[in-house]
Parts: sequence; structure tokens; C-alpha cells
Amino acid sequence: MERHLLEARHITKAYGDRTIIRDISICLDKGELVSLLGLSGSGKTTLFHVLSGLTVPQEGKVLLDGAEITGKPGAVSYMLQKDLLFAHKKVIDNVSLPLVLKGVPRKEARKITDPLFAQFGLEGTQYQYPAQLSGGMRQRAAFLRTYLSAAWSGKGTADDPGDFPKKASGVALLDEPFSALDTITKNQMHAWYLDMMGRIDLSTLFITHDIDEAVMLSDRIYLMTGSPGVIMNEIRILPQRSARTDFNLTQQFLDYKKQIIRILEQVQTAQAAGAAQAESRKRQME
Amino acid sequence: MKKRLGNTTDKLPSVLVLLLIVAVWELICVSGMVPSYMLPSPVDVAAAFINDFPTLMLHAATTLQEAAWGLLAGILLAFVMATAMDRFEVLAKAFYPLMIITQTIPTIAIAPLLVLWMGFGMMPKITLVVITTFFPITVGLLDGFRGVDADAVRLMRSMGAGRAQIFWHVKLPEAMPQFFSGLKISASYAVVGAVISEWLGGFEGLGVYMTRVKKAYAFDKMFAVIILIVVISLLLMALVNDLRNLSMPWTRLQKTEKQTAERRNKNAA
Repeated sequence: MERHLLEARHITKAYGDRTIIRDISICLDKGELVSLLGLSGSGKTTLFHVLSGLTVPQEGKVLLDGAEITGKPGAVSYMLQKDLLFAHKKVIDNVSLPLVLKGVPRKEARKITDPLFAQFGLEGTQYQYPAQLSGGMRQRAAFLRTYLSAAWSGKGTADDPGDFPKKASGVALLDEPFSALDTITKNQMHAWYLDMMGRIDLSTLFITHDIDEAVMLSDRIYLMTGSPGVIMNEIRILPQRSARTDFNLTQQFLDYKKQIIRILEQVQTAQAAGAAQAESRKRQME
Repeated sequence: MKKRLGNTTDKLPSVLVLLLIVAVWELICVSGMVPSYMLPSPVDVAAAFINDFPTLMLHAATTLQEAAWGLLAGILLAFVMATAMDRFEVLAKAFYPLMIITQTIPTIAIAPLLVLWMGFGMMPKITLVVITTFFPITVGLLDGFRGVDADAVRLMRSMGAGRAQIFWHVKLPEAMPQFFSGLKISASYAVVGAVISEWLGGFEGLGVYMTRVKKAYAFDKMFAVIILIVVISLLLMALVNDLRNLSMPWTRLQKTEKQTAERRNKNAA
């Protein structure tokens, strides 16, 4: 069987007797940017909880580079919907937290993360508190923390970082990373993110419900629908990510968008029809 | 500078009311409506305070020691209990009701028992202070621990953090505001608790002195002690506030940011 960097095989997860996601299989290859696009309530976040090892699925397994990591947190990096920067820690301590958790002394951890601030557009904010940052900056700080969590294997020091920034897993799961931002900041963050992804070694899977965002940023899109959630379609976005300046103004972009909207609408009509059918059947029974 | 001015205008109404009350009190005494042996005038009280100052300080030292040791032990007990109750749900279920029961026991009723069991020294006083102070701190800490965002815990776990790391990096710092709210209440309880337990027996302390001057019908001295106790309690609370600001610089910062923003808005308007 083909080996992927991250792979979920036939995941089913239920809470009580409510099935949230059913038989979901997805994969992520090295350097890829893949999005999970779906309406709210289709179980995207639950799928992330499974992938990150926070919950154990009833069926299926999660593989990282061929090794099973089902129910083992800490293997892949996970950025939750909120930025979750801790108010009581200075920005640099928030960002270097994944290193500290892996046993790097705080001073060392600061020395390692400090040079990365400039790269992430956060120069000068090291010793401020998160409350002093703007929304976009907070998001970038959270992103830097996620990156460090994915890229730091826990070995090496500031003077001799060893295989850093090669990786621990190099996999990041991002749950609606841009949804809390206003439109202009969001667009800036998209451009920044595409640029960033070209420069650092990170493979990401991210959740979104914004079709434009998914088409703009992804190599592939998984369309997730229904309750319980299943994967409906997989769409590959052809233009190279590095060549996507003003991609959202092209006909090709609109075609992708139309295609996705059509699929989602079909699913919704089918669901409505199914519900109506069930309703009428119920009435006949009575 | 501006902040100073703001503070003064904030406190002006309460200071004025206090001055008014003292003025009315003085007027009542001077006018002879109430005999001076029943209600000493503010001037008499001030005189008693000054004349008695060395004695008062001597007794205050004892009371303060009891309050401080009791409060320290109370904080320690609160940390142990809140941490254990947060870690093991069973312990919370078992001990929470018991904790509430200890708070319904009237201090004044249990104090003589403590004196009987532990003698006339400092021990019964310290014990009583512990009983009265650990509760607000425990409840504050426990609420703080439990109030931590579930997503913050998820994030920590996803980064491979263990239980102890989650406690140290997230739960403990996030519970600090509630801890200090509890501590502020407890600090004032501590002094009052120590004084009450001194009423019921002892050799030194403001409570002992209070019963002594009461028996001598020296009401002016009595008032002087009361005022001293009030001052000590206020100072302790201020100390807790300063400690809070020192140990949580980020909250002060948010406040000043907000104030600057407000001022800017006001100026714009």
C-alpha cells in the first residue's frame, strides 16, 4: 500500500449513540496543504480530535509515516480554533511552550525561538504579553507555536540545534485558523501563509467553511458533509501554490468555486428530499 | 500623574462621608447629648490611641503573628485541598460538603473549645484563623482550576503535555485571579479571627487588651483598639492587592491599555 505522511483509515467516531463521523479515510503527503471543507456540524473538529490523538475512534486508525498513532497525543501539531495564547505568559514563552514541554529549559527555548520571530512578522513582540497584540499578530504567534510544536523533535540545543528545523512530524492540523479575522486581515494572512508555506517545511491539513479560502490555499480539498459526517468528494486545485497571485480573480478560480457549490447544494437537496421521504413514510405508517 | 488624580476623585466621595460621620460624632459628644463615659468623642479616642500607642503595638504584634501564621497555614491547606479535589473528583465530592460545614460553625462557639484543648498560647488562635481563612481561598482556587478553558487543556495535551505540566503552565496561573480574590477576604478574616479567639483567653494580643479595657469601662481605649484593628485589616488587604499586581503583571497591563483606550475615546469625543 502507498505510504503517506499522515493517513486516516476508515475512522468512525460516536459520542454515546450519536455517530459524528463515519468511515472517513483521508491522507496528507509531505509538503502538501490540504483542506477539509464542510458546513458546520459535519464533524470536522471531531475528526481533528481523532487525528491529533485527543480522542480514540470506535473504528479505524491514524498512521503517521506508517506508524500507528491512534489515541497518542503529541505526535502531530494541532492549532485550535481560538488562538489560545496564554494571557499570563509573554509572547516568547507562549511560542516556546512546546519546547519547554519537551524538556528544553526556558532560557534555551527562548534562544531557539527568538530568531523565528522576524520570519513570522513578529519582531519586537517577544517580551510583550498577548493582550498587547492585534488579532492578526496573535494568530501569527499561535501559528509559530504550532510550527514549533510540529518541527521541534526535542533534541539539540540553541548552539547546536541538531536536526532542527527538520522536524518531529512536520504535520500541523489547523482548525479554522483564519475565521476570527476581519476580511482585510484575512486576505493579508492568506498571502502571508502561502508565502510562509513555501519557505518552511510543514505539511498542513486545515479546516475551513470558507470556499474561497479553501480554493485559494489548498493543493487538495476534501468536501465533508452530512450528519454523521462523511467525505463526499476530493478536489485537486491545479495551479501551483507559489503561482497564485490574484488567483481568486481568474475564471479557473470561479469554476472551482461553482463546482464546490454545486456539490454542496446537491447534497443539501438530497438530504432535504431524504428527510421529506422519511417524513412521508412516517405519515403513511401512521 | 493622571492616574493619581483619577484615584483621588474616585475616593473623594467615600472620604467625605467618613469625615462627615466623624464630624457628626464629635458634634454629638460636644453637645452633651450622650454622656462622655458612654460614647467617647473622636478627640478622646485619638488621645487614647496616642497615649496607649506602645501598649497597643505590643499587643498588635502578638495578634499579627497569630494572623500571619494562621493565614500562611490556611493558604497552604487551601492549595493542598484544592489541588487534590481538582485532581480526584471523589475527594471533591467527599470533602466539599464537609468544608461548608466547617464554615457554618460559629467562630465564637468553637474558640473556647480550642482554648480548652490547646491551652492559652498561640496554638488555639492560629487554629481558629486557619479554620476561618482556608475556605475562601480553597473555593477560589478550585473554581479557578475548574474554570480553565477545555480547549486550552486540549491544546496542551496535543503538544504532549502531561497532567503536572498542564497544572503548572495553565491551571495554576489561570486560577491566580480567583486565588487573590479569596486571599483578600481571608486576610481580613484572619485579623478578626485572631482577635475573637483572644477574647476567650490568653496573655497578650489585641483581643486580650480589648476585654481588659472593656472591664475597666475605658471606652475611649476600646475605640482606639477597634480603629487599630480596622487599620491593620485595611493594610493587609492593600498588601494582598500589591502582591496580586506584582505577581500578575499582565492583568495590570490590560487595565492600563483599556484606560488609555477609554481616555483616547473620550478625547476624540
